[in-house]
Amino acid sequence: MSDEHVGAQGPAGPVLDTSAAPDHAKKVADLKPDLLLTQEHNMCPGCGEPLALRVYLEALQELGVTQRSIMVAGIGCYTAFTSTVDVDLVQALHGRAPSVATGAKRMRPEAVVFTLQGDGDMVNEGLQEVLHTAARGEKVTCILLNNGVFGETGGHMTATSVLGQRTKNTLDGRDAEYHGYPILIGDLIARLQGAAYVARGSVHNAGAVARTKKMFRRAFESQLRGDGFSFVEVLTMCPTGWFIPTGDGPDYMHETLGDVHVMGELKVEGVVKTTEELHDENVARQREVEHALERGGLDR
Amino acid sequence: MTTIRSRGTVTIDTDTCKGCELCITACPPRVLSMTDEVNHLGYRYPQLHPGCTGCAACLMVCPDFCFEVFRFDEPVMTEIAPAAEEPS
Amino acid sequence: MTVVATADRRLMEGSEAMAEAAIAAGCRFFAGYPMTPFTELLEHLAKKLPEAGGVCINAESELEAVGMAWGALATGARAATGSTGQGLSLMQESFSEITLAELPLVVFNMARGQQDYFQATRGGGHGDYRHLVLAPLDIAEAVELTQLAFHLADKWRNPVLVYGDYLLAHTHEAVSVERIDFPTLPSKAWAVDGSGGGTGDSRLVTPLGLAKHGHEAPGIERHLRGITAKHADIEREEQRAETAFCDDAETVVVAFGTPAKFARYVVSQLRAEGEKVGYVRPISLWPYPFDAVAEATEGASTVAVFELCAGQMIDDVRLAVLGRAPIVAIGGISTDGSGFGVGPLLDAEIIRDRVLAVHRGGAEAELPPLPVNERG
Repeated sequence: MSDEHVGAQGPAGPVLDTSAAPDHAKKVADLKPDLLLTQEHNMCPGCGEPLALRVYLEALQELGVTQRSIMVAGIGCYTAFTSTVDVDLVQALHGRAPSVATGAKRMRPEAVVFTLQGDGDMVNEGLQEVLHTAARGEKVTCILLNNGVFGETGGHMTATSVLGQRTKNTLDGRDAEYHGYPILIGDLIARLQGAAYVARGSVHNAGAVARTKKMFRRAFESQLRGDGFSFVEVLTMCPTGWFIPTGDGPDYMHETLGDVHVMGELKVEGVVKTTEELHDENVARQREVEHALERGGLDR
Repeated sequence: MTTIRSRGTVTIDTDTCKGCELCITACPPRVLSMTDEVNHLGYRYPQLHPGCTGCAACLMVCPDFCFEVFRFDEPVMTEIAPAAEEPS
Repeated sequence: MTVVATADRRLMEGSEAMAEAAIAAGCRFFAGYPMTPFTELLEHLAKKLPEAGGVCINAESELEAVGMAWGALATGARAATGSTGQGLSLMQESFSEITLAELPLVVFNMARGQQDYFQATRGGGHGDYRHLVLAPLDIAEAVELTQLAFHLADKWRNPVLVYGDYLLAHTHEAVSVERIDFPTLPSKAWAVDGSGGGTGDSRLVTPLGLAKHGHEAPGIERHLRGITAKHADIEREEQRAETAFCDDAETVVVAFGTPAKFARYVVSQLRAEGEKVGYVRPISLWPYPFDAVAEATEGASTVAVFELCAGQMIDDVRLAVLGRAPIVAIGGISTDGSGFGVGPLLDAEIIRDRVLAVHRGGAEAELPPLPVNERG
């Protein structure tokens, strides 16, 4: 018996029926998280944001805090999810979610309060808000969906766009001389004393998604313990904003944004990691993941 | 003849798929391929071949929540004719 | 309104009295940024709110202050923010959107030497939004109107602005802050506390006219129209004014806020001397008491508007009077050397001369020159 079946022409063998649940099998992964009221949305093909949405909703549910979670949403493509997540929610203005989260948490300290913001929202318009909220050690979790563009308004450059990245107003790539340098918001926040847990995930492949889910869990757990401010940044694909083919999104992201905003846990229990340290950790992890894939099946 | 072992399988909600093809590359055993037909939205969608391990990578990278993933109680064996040789 | 408890009467500045009044009204969250002459209100609340089981945050900017109040309001708490006009300018986007989110924000403007009537009543924000505006005459009325503000904000689910100024903030008077009992209001079923998660009935506090999947969303157009319909109701029901000596008045003086106390004094003095002058004081600046002002000025030959600016409320007076009598501005820009506080025009003798000039000479009378602040 052999597992070798993928030839140069793609998978061998007949097309199987995937229209209905199979007999003699156990479901291991649901269509959508319970906290998502409908799977339908109007995000672009290949958008990375729903991938992050899934895993943080699952994390909330697994932690058993569904009935005491308050979400504060910023303004961006992801604002559409405010209608479809089954979580008590306050809509904030562009950049202003951290202050709204602060007020909510101070009045409802037993709730798990978190924000959902994009990079344009958080690092352009709202840079002041997130830094102050982190410095104050507010016991909220800020979630950043970072695609290095203003997705909703057409794909212009943001403060996190990396040098060389294609955006609507940097079609030849961001140039330091003219456009300056990106802000590595995760690194900035990690150095604030009030920040207790700071992590940067990514959704460029399934392994990264799984790892990002763990970061969400640890961030929410940090809030539940009352450690201070927690922060999870997630690199998400925006092939539309980057003007690249949909299928190229993950690799492009990992190689451009991911090379500067490096994946990993930037701050845990007071220890801050540098970009180089995170990079070395990732190389080691990649080897582990490759071995796991060879054995078959990922631990979720 | 080659025997392919499938430890798992998926259901695919082809009506919701937007044809992004992220699942194709994400699948470690490479058992997904895109159809030539289109759904009512105008997008091609994935189809499954034997060899699925039930790892759920496709589900994790799908932005449109199209997949459900299953593991068989006992692996299902599929016999297939060997792939044609590449002409030299 | 029933007065509930008799508090101690003691000497305190207006800021402190208003802080105590807010707490008496149930305010349990405040955020603000220091700015003259609002700073003391923040200081007093920073001290008193935690003692009352509330939270007061020194926000790092005005923008964050109003954002924090937004979050607190969304959870159902009574919350407020404030600043002076310059600081409120920074909060305008949030003011508009909080109104659309139908949250009961109370805002304190401790205005500087310039008047912020336009900012308060026309709104510096975008779109068709309105805030109720209450302008106290003095500290005793500020204690009352502060508590009324929290009640009206909850009653209408709309922001209410309490319009004070440097004089109100820093004058010391013997005051007792007595809690006023208002009619009971329905509980806040819309408030977000986290408990809706996973039920299919989770709550959404938003200015955008959206709703959760499975519930009917009004959409932005219907939502906006609903809000303006509510404002029409507020306009009918919440006009407030004080009138005196207007039945046979030939000259009616219109003034609001702390300057009105001087105008009222001058008018009553002149009345005692036999002059046929009257006085009308809008207490609600929005909705402006057009009916009361129209009635008060019905028989007048001249309407004199006293305000400490180049002319802002005078526009609403013109709308109330609708050409029935000529309208003269007898106030003007007058402030101290810093621009924060009180100028030399706020002087009973000077105001009296200006009222008399118009009362005797009519609308075309030459007014005495405005006093000049010697420090420029």
